[in-house]
Amino acid sequence: MSNKIETTNLDLYYGEKHALKAVNLNIVEHAITAFIGPSGCGKSTYLKTLNRMNDYVDGVKITGQILLDGEDIYDAKVDTTVLRKKVGMVFQQPNPFPMSIYDNIAYGPRIHGIKNKKKLDEIVETSLKNAALFDEVADRLHTSALGLSGGQQQRLCIARCLAVEPDVILLDEPTSALDPISTLKIEELLMELKDRYTISIVTHNMQQASRIADYTAFFLVGEMVEYGKTEDLFSFPKDKRTEDYITGRFG
Amino acid sequence: MRKVFDQELEKLSTDLVKMCGLAENAIENMNEAFKDQNKTLAKEVIENDRLINDMERTIESRAFNLTLRQQPIASDLRNITTALKVVTDLERIGDQAAEICELLLYMDGEHATYRTVEHIPTMAKKTRIMVHEAIDAFIKQDLTSAKMVVKMDDEVDELFNEVKMEIVEIMKQSNDDIDTCISFLMIAKYLEKIGDHAVNTCEWLEFRETGAVNDKKII
Repeated sequence: MSNKIETTNLDLYYGEKHALKAVNLNIVEHAITAFIGPSGCGKSTYLKTLNRMNDYVDGVKITGQILLDGEDIYDAKVDTTVLRKKVGMVFQQPNPFPMSIYDNIAYGPRIHGIKNKKKLDEIVETSLKNAALFDEVADRLHTSALGLSGGQQQRLCIARCLAVEPDVILLDEPTSALDPISTLKIEELLMELKDRYTISIVTHNMQQASRIADYTAFFLVGEMVEYGKTEDLFSFPKDKRTEDYITGRFG
Repeated sequence: MRKVFDQELEKLSTDLVKMCGLAENAIENMNEAFKDQNKTLAKEVIENDRLINDMERTIESRAFNLTLRQQPIASDLRNITTALKVVTDLERIGDQAAEICELLLYMDGEHATYRTVEHIPTMAKKTRIMVHEAIDAFIKQDLTSAKMVVKMDDEVDELFNEVKMEIVEIMKQSNDDIDTCISFLMIAKYLEKIGDHAVNTCEWLEFRETGAVNDKKII
């Protein structure tokens, strides 16, 4: 068990708002780490610091350190395009591009310079297979991705993320817009993918965290209150605030 | 927040306290019946065992429903699973008290004239205290008292061995009262088992409060 990401004393301000307070947290390689907490607790903000998505927010100020494979991702030399290839992201609402299934997957590799059709075909097929979607779309790769169901669109987004061969996959409430069967498929998929990738997921669904995450971190008003193995955190939380939140006493 | 869940947990806890009371009553009455050869009281213990069994089913049903509908975690999960486990011990305590009372009816007052098996009254007294203390500790969430109960069990086990030797000795001297001797041996064994269930109750208290049994983490 080694740490893929190490966060030390991370503070983040949106203008005056202190959104993350001295967060210290490690993300274990080849494992699923879930971030839970009430709305506005900072869990999504933290997730977005991991591939520098917060850089686009006006008035954001970030201090502290995040190391990915031992390298500071906020170092001035870091190319964020390369960073985001390494650390992919999937959002709450499935957001396929308005183009074919094939082109959605091929989009990233093309941007990174792959032009060879055979190679692209291979990437598209492998990515869709790894996202457990290929069998469902094999006969309509060149039709619009917008014709897929919500669950299929989300798996397409995961496939699109896998196509650029990331090390880390960040997911921000990836199943909150999906029905239970599609949710289950995504959960199963994530558990398969963790052998090859490091996965971090923000979820409002506590049962989801307890079903799939190896580690869970609980956030509250910008503070990372508690982190531990999922079974420990959900059976015997150390902090009373964690206990109160996960048992539904507040939040 | 979670008003309904809390109300349901409260009902579960109230039923558990009631069941503790019924089990403790069974032990108290069985002791009295034994001491005073009170057959009416013995019959009452046998009759009331049904109430304990019914309460076990009620609590199990509540616990299953809560698990199904609320998907409990953390302390809620420990509370509910503890209820599910401890009702088995309380039910066994009630059963064994009733079994002893059955024997008392069958013995039909013989043990009054029969040569006393000296250690049985002490055993009965100690197991009564154990059950009382275990239930009290369980309700008050008192781990220190629970540890005392566990210690007392060694004394009861020791007493059982002495009773066994005593009975063997009596049987060696005469075979006139084999039936009564066997009944006494069974009573002693039931008392010893009651002590074990009191210990189990304390162990489930430890689990509920710490997630461990005998210091070994199980959740």
